[in-house]
Amino acid sequence: MADKIALIDGIEVKIDNEPNLLELIRKAKIDLPTFCYHSEISVAGACRMCMVEVEGQGIVPSCSTRVFDGMKVKTNTKQLRDMRKMIVELMLASHDQSCTTCPKSGTCKLQRIAKQMGIVKVRFKQRTEFPEPDMSSCSIYRDSAKCVLCGDCVRVCKEIQSVGVLDFANRGADAKVAPYFNKGIGEVECVNCGQCIKVCPVGALIPRYQTNEVWNALLDTDKHVVVQIAPAVRVAIGEYFGFKPGELTTGQMVAALRRLGFDKVYDTSFAADFTVIEEGKEFLDRFAKGEKLPQFTSCCPAWVKYAEQYYPDLLGNLSSCKSPQQMFGSLSKELLSKDLGMPRENIIVVSIMPCTAKKFESQRPEHSVDGNPDVDFVLTTQELSVMIKERGIKFSELDPEEFDMPFGFKSGAGVIFGSSGGVSEAVLRFAAASLVKGVKLEFTQLRALQGVKTTEVKLGDLKLRLAVVSGLANAKRLIEKVRKGEEHYDLIEVMACCGGCVNGGGQPVSEKKSAVTDRAMGLYKTDSQLEYHSSEENPYLQKIYADELTEELAHKLFHTKYKNRRRITSDELALSSKHDEAPISISICLGSSCFARGAQELYSQLAQYVRDKGIESNINFTASFCTEQCSKGPAVKINDKYLYHCTFEKAVEEIEKILSKVPA
Amino acid sequence: MSDAKILEHIKTAFDECMKGYQARIVVCAGTGCVANGSVALAKRFKEVLEEKGLSYTVSLEREKADYLLSESGCQGFCQMSPLVTVYPAGVLYVKVKPEDVEEIIDKTIVKGEIVDRLLYHLEDGTTAPTTKEIPYYANQMRNSLDLCGRIDAQDMDEYIANGGYAMARKAVLEMTDKEICDEILASGLRGRGGAGFPTGRKWDLTRLQKSDVKYVICNGDEGDPGAFMDSCVMEGTPHAVLEGLIIAAKAIGATQGYVYVRTEYPLAVKRLRKAANDARKAGILGKNIFGSGMDFDITIMEGAGAFVCGEETALIASVEGKRGMPSPKPPFPAEKGLFGKPTAINNVETLASIPLVLRMGAKNYAAIGTEGSKGTKTFSLTGHVVNTGLIEVPFGTTLRKIVGSIGGGVVNDDGTVCGTDYKAVQIGGPSGGCLTQEHIDLPIEYESLKQVGAMVGSGGLVVMNNQTCIVQIARFFMQFTQNESCGKCVVCREGTKQMLALLDDILNGDATMETLDLLEELAKTVQTGSLCALGKSAPNPVLSTLRYFRSEYEAHIKDKCCPAGKCEAFKKYSIDPVKCKSCSLCARKCPVDAISGAKGQPYVIDMEKCIKCGSCVEACKFDAVLVV
Amino acid sequence: MEDIITAKFDKVCEILDKHERNPHHLIPILQEMQEEYSYLPEEIMTYVSTALGIPPSSVYGVATFYSHFTLEPKGKYLIRICDGTACHVKKSEDILKALEKKLGLGKNKKTTDDGLFTLETVACLGACSLAPAVVINGEVHGLMTPDKTMEIINEIRKQEGVENV
Ligand SMILES: Cc1cc2nc3c(=O)[nH]c(=O)nc-3n(C[C@H](O)[C@H](O)[C@H](O)COP(=O)(O)O)c2cc1C
Ligand code: SF4
Ligand code: SF4
Ligand code: SF4
Ligand code: SF4
Ligand code: SF4
Ligand code: SF4
Ligand code: SF4
Ligand code: SF4
Ligand code: FES
Ligand code: FES
Ligand code: FES
Ligand code: FES
Repeated sequence: MADKIALIDGIEVKIDNEPNLLELIRKAKIDLPTFCYHSEISVAGACRMCMVEVEGQGIVPSCSTRVFDGMKVKTNTKQLRDMRKMIVELMLASHDQSCTTCPKSGTCKLQRIAKQMGIVKVRFKQRTEFPEPDMSSCSIYRDSAKCVLCGDCVRVCKEIQSVGVLDFANRGADAKVAPYFNKGIGEVECVNCGQCIKVCPVGALIPRYQTNEVWNALLDTDKHVVVQIAPAVRVAIGEYFGFKPGELTTGQMVAALRRLGFDKVYDTSFAADFTVIEEGKEFLDRFAKGEKLPQFTSCCPAWVKYAEQYYPDLLGNLSSCKSPQQMFGSLSKELLSKDLGMPRENIIVVSIMPCTAKKFESQRPEHSVDGNPDVDFVLTTQELSVMIKERGIKFSELDPEEFDMPFGFKSGAGVIFGSSGGVSEAVLRFAAASLVKGVKLEFTQLRALQGVKTTEVKLGDLKLRLAVVSGLANAKRLIEKVRKGEEHYDLIEVMACCGGCVNGGGQPVSEKKSAVTDRAMGLYKTDSQLEYHSSEENPYLQKIYADELTEELAHKLFHTKYKNRRRITSDELALSSKHDEAPISISICLGSSCFARGAQELYSQLAQYVRDKGIESNINFTASFCTEQCSKGPAVKINDKYLYHCTFEKAVEEIEKILSKVPA
Repeated sequence: MSDAKILEHIKTAFDECMKGYQARIVVCAGTGCVANGSVALAKRFKEVLEEKGLSYTVSLEREKADYLLSESGCQGFCQMSPLVTVYPAGVLYVKVKPEDVEEIIDKTIVKGEIVDRLLYHLEDGTTAPTTKEIPYYANQMRNSLDLCGRIDAQDMDEYIANGGYAMARKAVLEMTDKEICDEILASGLRGRGGAGFPTGRKWDLTRLQKSDVKYVICNGDEGDPGAFMDSCVMEGTPHAVLEGLIIAAKAIGATQGYVYVRTEYPLAVKRLRKAANDARKAGILGKNIFGSGMDFDITIMEGAGAFVCGEETALIASVEGKRGMPSPKPPFPAEKGLFGKPTAINNVETLASIPLVLRMGAKNYAAIGTEGSKGTKTFSLTGHVVNTGLIEVPFGTTLRKIVGSIGGGVVNDDGTVCGTDYKAVQIGGPSGGCLTQEHIDLPIEYESLKQVGAMVGSGGLVVMNNQTCIVQIARFFMQFTQNESCGKCVVCREGTKQMLALLDDILNGDATMETLDLLEELAKTVQTGSLCALGKSAPNPVLSTLRYFRSEYEAHIKDKCCPAGKCEAFKKYSIDPVKCKSCSLCARKCPVDAISGAKGQPYVIDMEKCIKCGSCVEACKFDAVLVV
Repeated sequence: MEDIITAKFDKVCEILDKHERNPHHLIPILQEMQEEYSYLPEEIMTYVSTALGIPPSSVYGVATFYSHFTLEPKGKYLIRICDGTACHVKKSEDILKALEKKLGLGKNKKTTDDGLFTLETVACLGACSLAPAVVINGEVHGLMTPDKTMEIINEIRKQEGVENV
């Protein structure tokens, strides 16, 4: 069959199954401006910037126009140019144009497009009143004054992450993007993955910066400030300084961090080697006993929060291992304070992460000792680039330097953590080494850039079934299948960001389609260049296990617990009128989990019972939304007593007990 | 009961029952008449009939009696509401009050005499006993509306006795899906929902889609602010809508239908629900309809207040329980509609016309109307016109006939009637455009209107007299679309807002000629750039008024004056020195001390200070404050 | 003593069950909830979202999209003034202005402090031939004037035993 050809601005372009005209135009090396198109989410058609003229159809949006053989397209007529300009003017007119103080300045699409189009004046009335930014989250900073309502974040959060924190509210000129009831994004079910940040074309969603706090620590001479860097940062930070995605700038990065004033520059990959050992042992143990399988990885804090919110019954299946970041924090504070003879409070651990969720993770109360956090501050790749620029460091001209020892030493297994599939591969290498002596294994089938990867691995007589998913919607689908018994796995790796941490919410936003793969390739390349590839081979690690850690201490430093977590803050709901003197208060949980376990039916039975008995005035009946006891639901509180796995009979027994004591 | 003969059984029983009544009183229970007290009227009829010991029954009860009292849908002449028609003679009484009831019963019902004073009076003072003599009706061609207002809307049996559901049965039992599509295509029927897309073609496209599940939806959202045709059809002949849906379902292969009704039409919802229940009981809906083996059922869904939900993709989103935000086409509903399945969406009037088209035959139907626009169209005729109401005329009818002969002429602000001397007629509501005196003899049809920058639209016809400020009208529509924009796409969300701001500048006297240029450029951007037809058509009222009344816009801008004298900003307040009695009341009321004067001298207003609040006008007991 | 609120929440459960907790029925469900509560309280919406298994933000998005839904309690008497085209050209705005003045309401205040009246505009009620039209608690009044509307308001106030201000 002859090739299908389209004529774009007079140039012939071959059609191969492009899903829409915009992709074809981009293939023809024309960069049409867009705000609302991302190939991985659904087409919205909201920004109207991609309009082109198609012969026979007139002016149409290219993102939602089908490609056909022989189509003739113009992308640059006077009418189109005028229209695009006017659209940008319209956006600007309702936009809080404070570029000079906007964190997005320089990487902002709106700013860039406005400049490219030569817009010198906005002819429309400028909006003057803007809402205050939302500071409720420690991970995400949301400034709706900058929002252009492209809806990208809404679709990413729903379609890719299946969380749905954000949606449109109101309509017409009052339309906005907001969480439930305009709550802060930190008060709702947001898992802090930052994938919305990645698609936001403007400064409406950005990581919550902690650069000031870090500057203060660095300039405080009493403090010993150390920094750990996650693997995925080294293959991405260069992009802010003219390097290509995936190009390794580890040495420059280390040099820059020293110049910023960090006392020691360490590597999170070092801690990742511990994670591999701990998680690998845990897995082999569970596998041998055949319990708590499939084991889920736990190094992605966005996934952990997601599981806490949506899968209370699966929390036991999560590996109890802390993430490498937190292992690093607890271990380094423990050892450094001993070595340096400094109190814990004077050692400041800063992490550089590709990730916004790590900020949240570092603030979880269980990751602290007497209120002093294991990791003090978390900076994203983006924030580090800002600090480097602020300090005036010429990053690209720096001579590469080496990490400090011992916490800068790692095996390749600790490095590939940054890519989806990396954790599994690292654990497999460890398992392979412990089960079948002398084999050296690579598991390249886990490296492809796919949302869901499954494989079966034979190690000696054992057959391990693995699944690797990235993107929480993929995870959700997989879990449903596992629950239904349609598929079986022994180990499931979940990363919230598609492709893993190389695509984290704190990473640079690249226009290059292959950026995520390129970064992952960079990690695998590092792995291949390192001396050791399996974590247990790391000599420093062996030494620490031998000299410093008792089993008990290791457990304390490296393992953690999870909790049932409510999704959103919501007030209690009064189910009955208030009876001031009533001796009994019943509060029934009507949160999602308890609901799924029949809380509504339980409520109906109890309400009926109360009515039948005619004891309405003795009872204040309220409903709460998740008391964070989901795995023991339905949860009912009668006066001060919690009844878990509550049944109608249990509740009635309790009520009658109290009533019998009340003088009639 | 799934029986091919069900219709005959019902018809025979109904006809038999009707034979027993000597007279039938039909009280209009359309929205208009209800608003004017027809519920009380119907109650009064019952009371009086009982007081007088006359034997009567009400529709649906099928009891033996001498008289039958029924309630109909809109009889079409809401201006004269409440309406009562008495059969067999078909005498039409207008503006009937409860106190008239006794007389009607005594004379007309019992004796067959006519109460002259309650008849419609022609201009020359003579009376018109039936619709045939009333020009308002006589100049129309009431095809789709024929049953509406004649039968009891709630009585399925009466609908059937009048030939209802026969075409549905024929389609289901005797026609193939393709035959139906071909027949509808041949009739030239075009969608009445606004866009005028050939219905047969739409169905054929949906028919050809391969899918286990397909849907058909009736669009009863009717959001055009000034149109109520669809509400009348749904209230007056709900079964016709259902019949159209059954035929459509057969034609495309759907097993489930939806009727999406605007929430402001509770009566329509109620009637449709009852109609669907009745039809289900009779085996006309549900499993194995007419014993044909075909399953088809209908859900009635109420909207929740959003004009944009009239747009197909938004409507689908709304039925799915989401925000009614349109989505880009392709994919078209015919390919991927409700729940991702092929879906045909049609307007109420379109669907209600389907049985008619089949009954008349494509050829006869196509004989009505013009070359490109076949059949009749209903319009809601409102605004500054003597006879407002629901009318139906063949395509090709002119404004001269509609405004003059049917509408009875234009009403000026002072109440005088001035023939067909209107300033403009807005057709198609907020998506449409205006027609002027220049177009008085233009045949109204899809193509001709498009050429002059207007559109048939859904059928709102608002007549505006010469005292109307055209810029204000343009602003009114702009305000409407701005409020109703879903906010999804930039061009419409921000564009309509800025257009409104520019119009406000013009109306407030803050505009320059550049404002006008910018307004025009913006209007064109919104027109081409918007995602859905709401945005694409939102600038039409502005563009069409600019086309025909540019000088009025310019007068607002250059001369700072409103030619219609309506705009507050250009009003000048002054005191007539002759009338002024120097009582100083106005000066005391003026909030900005713009009025000064002394005893014995006429007071004067300082226009520099005046904020045009109007307090002085209210204050003056001698009408001495003049506003021009 | 009868317990009003439990009865209401029983109704909530009933509505959800009637719709088989089908997320596609969100709009009719919210409509029926609003019938019960006269508005959509936050906690009820949270519960609806839980029961239907959809994100709360989507429920909020739907509730704020459609003008029929309200997140605040409405007055005992809901006055809706038609501002459709037909009513507009027949000066419905005058009625609105007069009522706003009389009731002390405006663009950002829709309900009177005594909770008696809520004033809204609405686009076309299908009674255009009786323009201008005003609906008070579902009852359509045609061919209205500011004066006639005032009379009705005063009448209601009298019935409710409220002094005219
Ligand atoms: C903003 C907007 C509002 C609309 N409102 C209605 C409406 O209320 N009723 C209707 O039938 N069609 C309406 N339409 C047209 C429908 O999208 C659709 O074209 C029509 O229902 C198709 O039916 P038809 O082919 O029978 O006309 C509207 C379109 C738009 C863009
Ligand atoms: S979002 Fe972009 S355009 Fe807006 S202020 Fe920030 S940098 Fe400037
Ligand atoms: S570039 Fe111009 S506008 Fe920007 S900060 Fe400097 S002086 Fe101001
Ligand atoms: S951070 Fe993740 S979960 Fe939170 S709003 Fe953004 S995409 Fe949704
Ligand atoms: S926050 Fe950003 S991504 Fe979300 S709608 Fe606004 S501009 Fe788009
Ligand atoms: S995948 Fe990595 S970057 Fe993304 S949230 Fe999880 S830990 Fe953070
Ligand atoms: S044109 Fe207007 S109504 Fe249509 S999608 Fe865009 S914003 Fe929504
Ligand atoms: S209109 Fe108002 S401001 Fe002007 S003179 Fe009269 S009272 Fe004074
Ligand atoms: S109120 Fe009338 S009569 Fe009295 S001073 Fe003013 S204009 Fe003259
Ligand atoms: S990219 Fe096509 S409309 Fe935004
Ligand atoms: S849902 Fe979490 S405790 Fe009930
Ligand atoms: S409602 Fe009775 S004539 Fe229209
Ligand atoms: S415009 Fe007011 S009822 Fe139609």
